[in-house]
Amino acid sequence: MKPDWRSHLPQLEDLARGLGLNWSPVIFEAVPDSFMTEIAVYGLPVRMPHWSFGARYIYQLLQRHMGYSRLFEVVFPGNPGRAYLASSNGQADNILVAAHVLGHADFSKNNLLFQRSQEQGSEHIIEHAASHARQIERDIESYGFNAVEKVLDAALSLEQYIDLDRGLRRENYPEYLAGATPASDDAFRSRFATLDVDEKALPNARKLRAPLPPHPERDLLWFIATYAPEMESWERDIFLAVRAESFYFYPVYATQIMNEGWASYWHARLLREADFIAQDTYLDAIKCHSDVVRPVAAEEQIALAVNPYHLGFTLWEEIIKEGGIDAARRIMSEDDDFSFLRNHLTRERAADMGLFRFQKQSNGPVKVLAENIDELRETLLGEKYNFGAPRVSVAEVRSNGTLVLEHDSDIDKRGLDTERARKVLEYVVHVWRRPVVLRTVDASSKPVEILTEPGAA
Amino acid sequence: MSSEPPGSVSPGDPNAVNDWYELFSRGSRDWLRHSDKIREAVREHLPQIVAGSDIINDGARTVRVPVRMLEHYRFRLRPDAEPQGVGQGSAKPGDLLGPAKTGNKQGGKGAGGTDRGGTELLLEFKIDDIIDWMWEELRLPNLQPRVGQSDESEWKREGWDKRGARSRLDRRRSLKESVKRRARESSTPTFIDEDLRFRQLARRRQPAMRAAVFFLLDVSASMTEGDRQLAKTFFFWVAAGLRREYRSVDIVFVAHTTDAWEFSESDFFKVSGSGGTVASAGLSKVQEIMQTRFDPGSCNVYLFYASDGDNAVDDRERARTELEGIAKASRYAGYVEISTGLRSSQSETSRLYDAVGAMGLCSGRCSIRDSSDVATAVRHFFTIESQAAGAGATPGSEP
Repeated sequence: MKPDWRSHLPQLEDLARGLGLNWSPVIFEAVPDSFMTEIAVYGLPVRMPHWSFGARYIYQLLQRHMGYSRLFEVVFPGNPGRAYLASSNGQADNILVAAHVLGHADFSKNNLLFQRSQEQGSEHIIEHAASHARQIERDIESYGFNAVEKVLDAALSLEQYIDLDRGLRRENYPEYLAGATPASDDAFRSRFATLDVDEKALPNARKLRAPLPPHPERDLLWFIATYAPEMESWERDIFLAVRAESFYFYPVYATQIMNEGWASYWHARLLREADFIAQDTYLDAIKCHSDVVRPVAAEEQIALAVNPYHLGFTLWEEIIKEGGIDAARRIMSEDDDFSFLRNHLTRERAADMGLFRFQKQSNGPVKVLAENIDELRETLLGEKYNFGAPRVSVAEVRSNGTLVLEHDSDIDKRGLDTERARKVLEYVVHVWRRPVVLRTVDASSKPVEILTEPGAA
Repeated sequence: MSSEPPGSVSPGDPNAVNDWYELFSRGSRDWLRHSDKIREAVREHLPQIVAGSDIINDGARTVRVPVRMLEHYRFRLRPDAEPQGVGQGSAKPGDLLGPAKTGNKQGGKGAGGTDRGGTELLLEFKIDDIIDWMWEELRLPNLQPRVGQSDESEWKREGWDKRGARSRLDRRRSLKESVKRRARESSTPTFIDEDLRFRQLARRRQPAMRAAVFFLLDVSASMTEGDRQLAKTFFFWVAAGLRREYRSVDIVFVAHTTDAWEFSESDFFKVSGSGGTVASAGLSKVQEIMQTRFDPGSCNVYLFYASDGDNAVDDRERARTELEGIAKASRYAGYVEISTGLRSSQSETSRLYDAVGAMGLCSGRCSIRDSSDVATAVRHFFTIESQAAGAGATPGSEP
């Protein structure tokens, strides 16, 4: 019988503190594997009900059954943070996992992206998500299951459309255009502006209604919740609930490589320096470590994907070896995956790891492309912008209430899958209750418009 | 780096695996909802399920239908014909690698939709469920209560008594009695035996709603194996539905060529034959059975006849007389024409039915071209709307 991993926690913590890790308290909890799977699927330990999670859940269960992947832990940043460990983990696994969790907790306390999100309310995301779920249960009681599900269909299908730059809490747009502001550096004009003039006498002094939206709006969830002409307030609340959860998910998503790499670096290092752990426990744990961070599956020579644990772990090892721990901590606090890869995935490091670009030929085989580090980084990152979703924003609301969405096919380089887009519009038109139009391009790059009318779906 | 006091890990309960996590699974709840949605979707494709005619033979109580997982749609880019990616391992520029094999470990976090490709599920539908869906609003046309001998009776609650079986104690009424008594007398126990009231049951005759349904199948040589299969599929769903919908319904199975025979249900669904077509043979067999076993005065009689419509020309007059006789005595005479081949003119048998319909007798016909028409045909004869429309065209029928 090996000692309980929890008996090592205080020592592990002291060791981590000595190495400069700094984290908010973490509550550890062991949960059954099925619950771990649910956390992975829902993204949160408690979340609103929706059938799409059920489909993902079964899919994950199948994957687990076939042994494709195993989940050791999930950490939710916060104060206190929460770490859920799979109850099937062995003692040695759990020592490794506890060290891994400390790495995550350190990361989420010190990374700027996380800090900002935590300040905006993600610190209590579990409580918020639970209250969203409760509210939605109440909505189901009041308005019926189908009515609520239709709103969730729409809100969750747009879940990736938030605007990080404008933040979680936003003011409505100004209703009128700002008047022609007098140029203050021009003495004559500023004096003229102070003259007591009868405003009505001036033909241009009439206030002009600002166009809606005044600029292309990326935060579709917020825009619809705020400006939909006939949405019920409970429907708006559902949109805002989904949106709040998306704001929480963003840093998790946008720092995955760094965050997992950082946690993996620290679990490896803490274990290496933990002389209080028995030799056989250490060996078991380190075996588990190498399974997690191995680049390609044991029986394979080549993988057509990159293991983010491996990529992040290798980069942090190199960065710390070359620049020391303080430099690494600065990078950890300031970067996200985009800047991290662009700044630190150098040509040499990519070559050492054996990273290569490839292109799937339409006739079958996969061709390895010529070396080009810039292209390689952008290919790695290409899937990560905006939660990996195509860029769609609100272009205008026409005077008859038609919502016009615009897909930026120049940046995405391709048009939208029109069949899926039409289905999404059918979800959206249900809450917008006026026609909804989407502009994108077809296969031959010609502009196309997809129109959905209320009641047609 | 850390000037503030570092946090601490709170270990909580050392043996803690919270048991309640096992009790409720959100994943399963939402999965059930997903399955319900699939069932709703599949239900709209009922004709395709119904068309699977193998269900008749193997006696299975379920049908298996492959379905794809439902997709919760999101905006997605048009698929790239030649997508690029980043891989890892010993590969040189210009290498051609075999078909993509990806078994990479992914972190289990984040929102984002996962592409599940074409995961297919095999959903099993109970035949009873399909019948439920199909017969939700289906009724026997023109069914009327028949006064007279009826072996149907029902126990009904009727009246109260001071004695009776414990299980029939009426608490509400007993309490009422107790309240009344206590209002009269003071300081008595809450309940005494005198307060108790028991419900009584009485046997009551039900108005007779008996029905006899005749299935008449043309198995002559002109009906191909496929034609017969279509007709049998139709009869299968009608029989299953009738049995479900009505407590006492007799189904009589008759097949004919130039001669006619009555079959048991299981033999009927296996029957095949050869030879010419004389509809009157079948119809007179139906008449005969009807006269001897089902008195049209106390029983609702129905006839459903399936044929490809070819009848011997010299049989025209006899068949018309027979059909007329049946149609007069019965509630409804239906005709299912199996017309898989091309036909330029109206068939012999459908003319026969039109003639009977023109006399104001309750009748109707419907044709089945391929297996997807089977469910439509069942609907045609048994929906309330089509019956309402049919009633307008047949003034002979009383409400």
